Amino acid sequence: MTGNFYPLLKWIILPPLAGFVLNGGIGKRFLGEKGGGWLGAAAILLAFIFSFLCFSDLLNLPAGHRLLRDTLFNWISAGSFSIDFALRFDPLSAVMALVVTGVSFLIHVYSIGYMRGDKGFNRYFSYLNLFVFFMLILVLADNPILMFVGWEGVGLCSYLLIGFWYEDEKNAAAGKKAFITNRVGDAGFLIGLMLLSYLLARQGVSGLDFETLALNINLLDGGTVLGFGAPTVIGLLLFFGATGKSAQFPLYIWLPDAMAGPTPVSALIHAATMVTAGVYMLARMSFLYALAPRALEVVLVTGVFTALLGAVIAALQSDIKKVLAYSTISQIGYMFMAAGTGAYAAGIFHLTTHAFFKALLFLAAGSVIHGMAGEQEMFRMGGLSKEMRFTFALTAVGWLAISGIPPLAGFYSKDLVLEHVYAHGVPVLWYAGLATAGLTAYYVTRLLALTFLGGKNSETHAHESPLLMTIPMAALAALALTGGWLGSKYLLAFLDPASARAEISPEAFRLTMISVITALAGVASGFFFAIPAISDALARRLSIAREVVYNKFYVDEIYAFAVIRPLKRLADKVCFGFLDAGLIDGLLVNGAARLTYRTGAVLRNLQTGNAQGYALTFTGGLILLLYWIM
Amino acid sequence: MQFIDANLLTIIITLPLAGALALLFVPKEKTGLIKNLALGISAAALLFSLRLYFAFDAADAAMQFAVNKPWLPDWGINYRLGVDGISLLMLMLTAFLTPLAILASFNSIQEHQKAFYASLLALQTGMMGVFAAMDVFLFYVFWEAMLIPMYFLIGVWGGHRRVYAALKFFIYTMLGSVLMLAAIIFVYLAHKAQFGTYSFALADFCGTAFPLKTQLWLCATFALAFAIKVPLFPFHTWLPDAHVEAPTAGSVILAGVLLKMGVYGYLRFAVPMFPAAAQSFAPWLALLGVIGVVYGSLVAWSQPDMKKMVAYSSVAHMGLIVLGIAAFEPAAVSGAVLQMVNHGLSTGALFLIVGILYERRHTRMIEDYGGLAKAMPGFSAVFMIVMLSSIGLPGLNGFVGEFLVLFGSFRTYPWLSAAAVSGVILSAVYMLGMYQRVVFGPVTHEENKRLPDLNAREWAYMLPLLAFIILIGIYPAPFLRKIDAAVRTYVTAVQKPESALAGERGSHKPQATNKERR
Repeated sequence: MTGNFYPLLKWIILPPLAGFVLNGGIGKRFLGEKGGGWLGAAAILLAFIFSFLCFSDLLNLPAGHRLLRDTLFNWISAGSFSIDFALRFDPLSAVMALVVTGVSFLIHVYSIGYMRGDKGFNRYFSYLNLFVFFMLILVLADNPILMFVGWEGVGLCSYLLIGFWYEDEKNAAAGKKAFITNRVGDAGFLIGLMLLSYLLARQGVSGLDFETLALNINLLDGGTVLGFGAPTVIGLLLFFGATGKSAQFPLYIWLPDAMAGPTPVSALIHAATMVTAGVYMLARMSFLYALAPRALEVVLVTGVFTALLGAVIAALQSDIKKVLAYSTISQIGYMFMAAGTGAYAAGIFHLTTHAFFKALLFLAAGSVIHGMAGEQEMFRMGGLSKEMRFTFALTAVGWLAISGIPPLAGFYSKDLVLEHVYAHGVPVLWYAGLATAGLTAYYVTRLLALTFLGGKNSETHAHESPLLMTIPMAALAALALTGGWLGSKYLLAFLDPASARAEISPEAFRLTMISVITALAGVASGFFFAIPAISDALARRLSIAREVVYNKFYVDEIYAFAVIRPLKRLADKVCFGFLDAGLIDGLLVNGAARLTYRTGAVLRNLQTGNAQGYALTFTGGLILLLYWIM
Repeated sequence: MQFIDANLLTIIITLPLAGALALLFVPKEKTGLIKNLALGISAAALLFSLRLYFAFDAADAAMQFAVNKPWLPDWGINYRLGVDGISLLMLMLTAFLTPLAILASFNSIQEHQKAFYASLLALQTGMMGVFAAMDVFLFYVFWEAMLIPMYFLIGVWGGHRRVYAALKFFIYTMLGSVLMLAAIIFVYLAHKAQFGTYSFALADFCGTAFPLKTQLWLCATFALAFAIKVPLFPFHTWLPDAHVEAPTAGSVILAGVLLKMGVYGYLRFAVPMFPAAAQSFAPWLALLGVIGVVYGSLVAWSQPDMKKMVAYSSVAHMGLIVLGIAAFEPAAVSGAVLQMVNHGLSTGALFLIVGILYERRHTRMIEDYGGLAKAMPGFSAVFMIVMLSSIGLPGLNGFVGEFLVLFGSFRTYPWLSAAAVSGVILSAVYMLGMYQRVVFGPVTHEENKRLPDLNAREWAYMLPLLAFIILIGIYPAPFLRKIDAAVRTYVTAVQKPESALAGERGSHKPQATNKERR
């Protein structure tokens, strides 16, 4: 085992677990709202502090040798499998741990204000703490099996929190949809791991920790599965899992429905942290993808396609949270684009800045929804800049950051991703990425204009949110302002000391200019089309296309028609109706019973009770028997 | 203490039966005394079993606590007992579930209480005996004797179609065991012919040699008897009927312990006795197991009755376990044995949960519920954990077993194991669907508004189950360690007779595995 033994690591994950147990167990009775909320937030703050301590110790190690490990106990051990409950802390997990705990802490504080008076207050904080616990397991795990614990654990918390207001059937159904869609991806993920472990075991490698995998992955090079390269097949299966968790095509359908959960949950789980787990996983398994360029091509194309798709759909949504949901799908597409070109550090960089500005935008949307007494339709908002000045100002920061206006965070990371795509050499992909950037600027501008500018469209008197909500937003806004610059200066070198200084493309400056101009064009058209007369005219002209896009290209309906309904029919009609009740039980089992009964009824006639008859039969039988023997 | 340790297995086996007999002398009006006595006896049996558990030496591969006393020596029938790790876990599971099942019956069983608890205790003796017998005759006696109390549990204290279900259960199981008896006698006589002495000792049975063709027939006979018990697709249709009609305690024991006897039969008898034949059957068993996973899950999905859904989910879970034992890979077999315990815990808990609802509303239909989270938050939380355990969420017990079975079996049957992963999706589909319709949503039936949450007695039998569901999920190592030696013995028993075959199995490429599927 390489890396330093470092017992401090477990203290990152323990406070959120304790918070979950306390709030879930005795929260309602003994802690109440005040105690429960602050306890939840304090647990995350502790986790953040411990992450920071580990981080500073990590920094003291020489670059290239930055790895801290802690094995808590041997978890599963049977046959040739031995899986440790072990944590690892390297630059990649350090960044993730800091982002997760940092953003989580802010959102916890915000939630104290947002969830005030909710009867499930303590339940909410216990779920939220549990989520952070699992998310930290995911990013700190030292082997993919333990990572899978976090992977499914965050899915569970997402399920619980989407359906938090369970009395509405719709919310519960959205939670279920999220869980099942994720499980579809997880099945691919599991098969990928099974294949990986099997092929390595054949070469005599039984350890499954990332270190061992990375050291021995070359043994798979040249091996084939079903005619494809083994690393490619494994890489694609793992990536299929990532499309579920990170809401990419074809499994992105659960994320828009997931907006049924409380808005801080959308900010934390469905924007900043959990949904980016797929990108993290790819970066973690980068040693595998290095051998699987064709799998990376699929990642790249999927990322580009999903980014564009998400942006197109986002451009037409009228629900403020749905816009942000599709925007998240689209932005994660950027992260996968980066990973697809092999630029994992750029992907994690965008993951980080996105966590800042998207969490900010979601919290701002929450603030608006809070202020508008639950209203989510943008067309019934408008003119809120006067009533919610502070929220407006903070939203504006998020707006500029996601639009890619320099020097805010989104500009740096998105630009870097696009540079990598450009350098990859397939122009159409770069154009699509650029178009996505323009559309992004467009739909966020539209969101800002419809919500805060223009005249009021409803009678509701909006009120500004309390400081408990606006201060965390302000902190995120500060990060969205400065995160890009800081990240490009320090984060990239920290993540990837080898290639940070390398020149990506000689045309970097020209590319930057193009993307800034695209962003500005997007912003301008956003304002232009937000003018009611123009948007109405356009909507009439493009009504059919609009209908198709607004309904997300009917992908949900296609899945229902092509997959779910046939499967349900197979279960009901074929498996249960025909096979189980009909053939197996009805015809064979009960049929055999009936046959026995009937035969018995016939044979009963032979049993006459007449001794002479028996004697006759006996003699006949005896003769037959003797004849047969002799 | 020395006397106890020397006779520990005998005590564990006979104590419940002695208790059942003692119950017969209690006047039937004293129901309180009857209940407490039954609970006390099963608790005592659990205590002795704990002694067994902690005295068991995991490093020792031999049968421990062995007893060998002549019973009918002229016929070669001895009172032979012994436990290895697999038996040990099964005994512990039985000893653990019985008191919980008794506790869960305090309210729901109002008629013939004395006979009910006596039957349960007698059943416990039968189950313990099956898992500890090392003499084939003795095993068969326990195996058959167990049917009688179970038949009464379903037939007397069951639902509307109890007689049909009980008879179906009885005849179906009987059909298999009569064939098995014929095979047992065949082996017994063959042993006499080969060695000149009569013996029913399991070790002697395993030492008797047969030509492959004979082995195939004998093994098929055993395999059929055990397949019915598991139950393996397509021999499973007695199970939903039996479960739906059985009282809660009956379902808990049926799913928790009785189904395990089928798998146990493979591990202890069918495979070690006829290793060469078992090897040629193994791919077919694995195939049936995987069909069971997919088919059982799909059928579970279309059930409107909660109990029936849980019954079909058992078909799926047991199918995965059979895949594990048919893989002859140490991790897969360990996972399968652990999964037997896990299934006993989580499915037992699911039946208890359905029982809790049934006691309150006298219906098992999913559509009669909805929105229970509001009135019964404690219940809903317990239900959630149990459901997650059943669908194999990492961190809970089900995942550890599933992980080992899937990853281990993949080395023998890559295609079948990959197909079995679909169970991961399908189990979430039907379980989450059921949970949502029962617990979430608005309260659609007026009667459900004021349902009382779990009472102290119900907490008392759910909490131990939850504790183990979480414990095995987080720290399964002690349990896996106990079965390790036994699993290795099982796997090597198969690989020995045809080491050439075993060598080939370990080395072929994934493409070549198409062969296995056919």
